Amino acid sequence: MTFSGYRRPDGRAGVRNKVLILPASACASDTARIVSQQIQGTVTFHNQQGCAQVAPDQQLTMDVLAGFAANPNIYGTVAVSLGCENCQMDLVSAAIRERTNKPFRQVIIQEAGGTSEAVKAACRYAGELAEEASLLRREEIPISELIIGTECGGSDPTSGLAANVVIGSLSDRITAAGGTAILSETTEFIGAEHILARRAATPQVRSRIFEIVHRYEKALRQVGEDVRNGNPSPGNKAGGITTLEEKSLGCIHKGGHTAINAVYDYAKQVSPHQGLVIMDTPGNDPSSVAAMAAGGAQIVVFSTGRGTPTGNPIVPVIKLTGNRITFEKMRENMDFDASPLIYGGSLSVLGDELLKLVSEVAGGRLTKSEALGYTEMAIARVCNYV
Amino acid sequence: MRNAVIIDPRDSVAVAIEPVRQGEAVLYECEGREIHMTAQEDIAIYHKIAVRDIIPGEPVVKYGEHIGIASRPIQKGGHVHTHNLESRRESLETGTEEEKGI
Repeated sequence: MTFSGYRRPDGRAGVRNKVLILPASACASDTARIVSQQIQGTVTFHNQQGCAQVAPDQQLTMDVLAGFAANPNIYGTVAVSLGCENCQMDLVSAAIRERTNKPFRQVIIQEAGGTSEAVKAACRYAGELAEEASLLRREEIPISELIIGTECGGSDPTSGLAANVVIGSLSDRITAAGGTAILSETTEFIGAEHILARRAATPQVRSRIFEIVHRYEKALRQVGEDVRNGNPSPGNKAGGITTLEEKSLGCIHKGGHTAINAVYDYAKQVSPHQGLVIMDTPGNDPSSVAAMAAGGAQIVVFSTGRGTPTGNPIVPVIKLTGNRITFEKMRENMDFDASPLIYGGSLSVLGDELLKLVSEVAGGRLTKSEALGYTEMAIARVCNYV
Repeated sequence: MRNAVIIDPRDSVAVAIEPVRQGEAVLYECEGREIHMTAQEDIAIYHKIAVRDIIPGEPVVKYGEHIGIASRPIQKGGHVHTHNLESRRESLETGTEEEKGI
């Protein structure tokens, strides 16, 4: 099975062909927005971080910046920095170069001499890259080169009954085809970490699963919080969820049934052809989706019960719901109806249909969030600003 | 009409997909077979129903995995929730000391 994608000089294959206007920090974000508004074929986002961060916090930001530029959906990057921020242009460009050899240009606002000159230079670079990008043609790429991110948000009882189960079936199909599926959201593993650990391919992976869960709990304890208290929430309990392990099991279904072959830290580059892997991300949707995009996922599959319009600047987000009322009410935001699984539909048929949709989206079909222009973005943090 | 689903054939609980009244028939499908039982009490939509008798101390199974331990006897057709099912942190029993972060 193949999809129609764009081959990059670093060997990877993308499903979109955009030029990224990359703001190194909050202070470069509006300049990046102005450039992106001017030049067609570009994407950007508001970077809330990039300065006044402690080292491990800044590292999360750097990994997202470098990972976005390296994501195979991106043809090339024009990075814009202010000049004095912590995420210095030479650090950003070096981090990008470590991940990819794709076209790269840079503009530093303080060196260019203010907004007008910085915008002028960045627009010129962006226009050149956008024109080059437009000459590229799609080619047939084996589906084994896909890295699919999985995510859930705005969950309700149908998420564990249907939507996550159908995503699990997709994960099994992708891994069986030699591709990669990413299971994310460490918060959702808590209470079921022993079950995930049992599925680890090696003792190292098993230790890493316990490590990321306990690291997460420890970080929360440092601010006086215990995730196990009050979880499942009263709302979860009213909806029929009794225990934390039950809640977590509903979530980890998204990974399907195969062995877990690797555990990646937040936004680190994921190797292709790895089967099922875990990435350590928070439950917060946009920052988890961003981490998987930075890891190289070309597409994210997202389950929701209550419904959400969410999207991402560089990866198509395919949204499905197992709640037939939500599907009807928010049809304009939903790409796939997984509710037939609850009412007698076949999992293998739904899994095949979702795989077909993934292949179509890979080939250029717009998701609902792309058509509506949703590009929500957040980057995980470990600490307050300094 | 089907009014419950079982997620994994190993499960000891099914999930109501409609509100079910005490004494009503519960109908679900498992591995291609239609299974009937009688609800012993009212079951709210998306709440759990025992598909067999469960004794105290026995793990309750959903998604093919343990979701906790029965704290009281549960009759087939009974409502399974916080009053008769308790969480048990199994990683404390399966992880090593180092893995538990202790």
